[in-house]
Amino acid sequence: MGPFLDFNPFDNLLCILLGISFTVWFTLLLVFIIVPAIFGVSFGIRRLYMKTLLKIFEWATHRIERGAKDNNHLLYKPYSNAIIAKEPTSLEEEINEIRRRGSNRDLDSASEFEMSDIFYFCRRGVESIMDDEVTKRFSAEELESWNLLTRSNYNFQHISLRLTVLWGLGVVIRYGFLLPLRVTLAFTGVGLLVVLTSIIGFLPNGRMKNFLSEQVHLMCYRICVRALTAIITYHDSENKPKNGGICVANHTSPIDVIILASDGCYAMVGQIHGGLMGVIQKSMVKACPHIWFERSEVKDRHLVAKRLSDHVEDTTKLPILIFPEGTCINNTSVMMFKKGSFEIGSTVYPVAIKYDPRFGDAFWNSSQFGMVNYLLRMMSSWAIVCSVWYLPPMTREEGEDAVQFASRVKAAIARQGGLVDLLWDGGLKRGKVKDTFKEEQQKLYSKMLVGTQEDRSRS
Amino acid sequence: MGSRASTLLREEEIEEIKKETGFSHSQITRLYSRFTSLDKGENGTLSREDFQRIPELAINPLGDRIINAFFPEGEDQVNFRGFMRTLAHFRPIEDNEKNKDPTASEPLNSRTNKLLFAFQLYDLDRDDKISRDELLQVLRMMVGVNISDEQLGSIADRTIQEADQNGDNSISFNEFIKVGNLQHIYVWAGDHYLILTYILLSVLQDCLCSSV
Repeated sequence: MGPFLDFNPFDNLLCILLGISFTVWFTLLLVFIIVPAIFGVSFGIRRLYMKTLLKIFEWATHRIERGAKDNNHLLYKPYSNAIIAKEPTSLEEEINEIRRRGSNRDLDSASEFEMSDIFYFCRRGVESIMDDEVTKRFSAEELESWNLLTRSNYNFQHISLRLTVLWGLGVVIRYGFLLPLRVTLAFTGVGLLVVLTSIIGFLPNGRMKNFLSEQVHLMCYRICVRALTAIITYHDSENKPKNGGICVANHTSPIDVIILASDGCYAMVGQIHGGLMGVIQKSMVKACPHIWFERSEVKDRHLVAKRLSDHVEDTTKLPILIFPEGTCINNTSVMMFKKGSFEIGSTVYPVAIKYDPRFGDAFWNSSQFGMVNYLLRMMSSWAIVCSVWYLPPMTREEGEDAVQFASRVKAAIARQGGLVDLLWDGGLKRGKVKDTFKEEQQKLYSKMLVGTQEDRSRS
Repeated sequence: MGSRASTLLREEEIEEIKKETGFSHSQITRLYSRFTSLDKGENGTLSREDFQRIPELAINPLGDRIINAFFPEGEDQVNFRGFMRTLAHFRPIEDNEKNKDPTASEPLNSRTNKLLFAFQLYDLDRDDKISRDELLQVLRMMVGVNISDEQLGSIADRTIQEADQNGDNSISFNEFIKVGNLQHIYVWAGDHYLILTYILLSVLQDCLCSSV
């Protein structure tokens, strides 16, 4: 009887309450999130959530603007795309223009060099200092409206009590309710993936195994999608990648993989990591053939190409998913596609992914945050809203080399997603630009000078 | 881009910069955001490496000279005021400024200061003369390896011959200005867009006129 004498009936009640709330919590979770994920249906809760949020953001932005006007503050308003109106003229045209405007002579007696020629390069240089096309792609896009996240707002000052309260409420909801929910889901999703794919690995190869592996992958990715509250709209699903093809997409963050893989089954390509990622990768490959490379193998381009082409030739294997940019770009543009995946010669299925930045910026700035930090930020945003367009398949045409083919695919993706099509290499995020570009400009200018020399000697 | 761009720049500072350079409020905040995004070390100043990180500038044949123009003599860091002061040279001259108080000091984007900026791109050692060597250096930067030394030399000689008036085989700032013919080309596209100016020189034209 001893210890039970001290048992407080209040504790008993507390235990019962906790027990009930946990049960309710888990039932709700199961019914509204996990079961739909298994079957791929949706209750539409997320879309309703999205609409409500949009209304609140509009109100908040309106409030800030009004408050700024009242206080005679000038708001910092970012704007999209270029700030300098550049006409796409060539070096030669522009220098001739400078020379023409500076003189009243006829162009027939054009001299080979004018001291004013430096102004072409000077202007280009200062233009690029004020704003250039490349460096701004490696940091998060700026927003015009405020989405109640201080991390993406530059005008946040105390405007009104109501706004601050709303923001505070937002913080509480995001960190107190949404974040734990999402983390639970994420762990569930990943855990199920590892366990189930390992189990399936024991089955003999055959149609049953493929079918089950597909279902398991889809289910777990769908749970992960809900773990991020990702609201995805898929367009043109009739163009979905088929076996024996290569799917290419623009790259903004690691979440791209989850978004695409929750709507179709792909064979992933990548480097084997250590730690948790490595565990996931190893168990995934038991269920269906993904292509993982050791770190040393990544450098060997021939080996990579061989493994990829072996995979696509086998039509029982799933389409490969590749991100040819090679690095994460901030979703305002598409940068140079590396030609490796376009040399293989199979059908390419381009996919364009465009995130809606109003709900949370999905770009992973790997120099600023590590992976875990990034995932936490994602899970404490409001939602991740994006659109996925499946573009019609493309193949390499006669007389087109891999680089041209890659540019063509890139242009199609950029056009569909409303992104800027850039020729610059995403590797410029970390590395220096090659000198060949400077040499090209020098060559063009030299042709201008020497060209007139030849004309002179001819006449 | 830079964090809390507009809030880190105080209103008084913006006013001072406005007076000194003539840029508008929104242009200054925009450029400040640009400044902070280039400033990877986050210490409020830019070094030459920060400029070099802009790919379009790194491939510009005159990139190094342009970067140099931002750094005052002998220094390796430029702060936001210095940054704005250099960029101010590229604002066009607006009509209402011409009627301003003549006793006030010359604005940064005056004709003379624009020409001085251009002159200093050539004149590396700041001795107020563009020597044959300095001209050759700039030419070499612009053409790379595509033109031989002899050809380049003859181009340089010809240019100096046309411009030089006092026979010292180099081009002084007065010779630079006197034979200059100025034109402005505006690239205007609204308040948020930045305006750049061209300065055009026609060395040969005035030489012809003066020799007749």
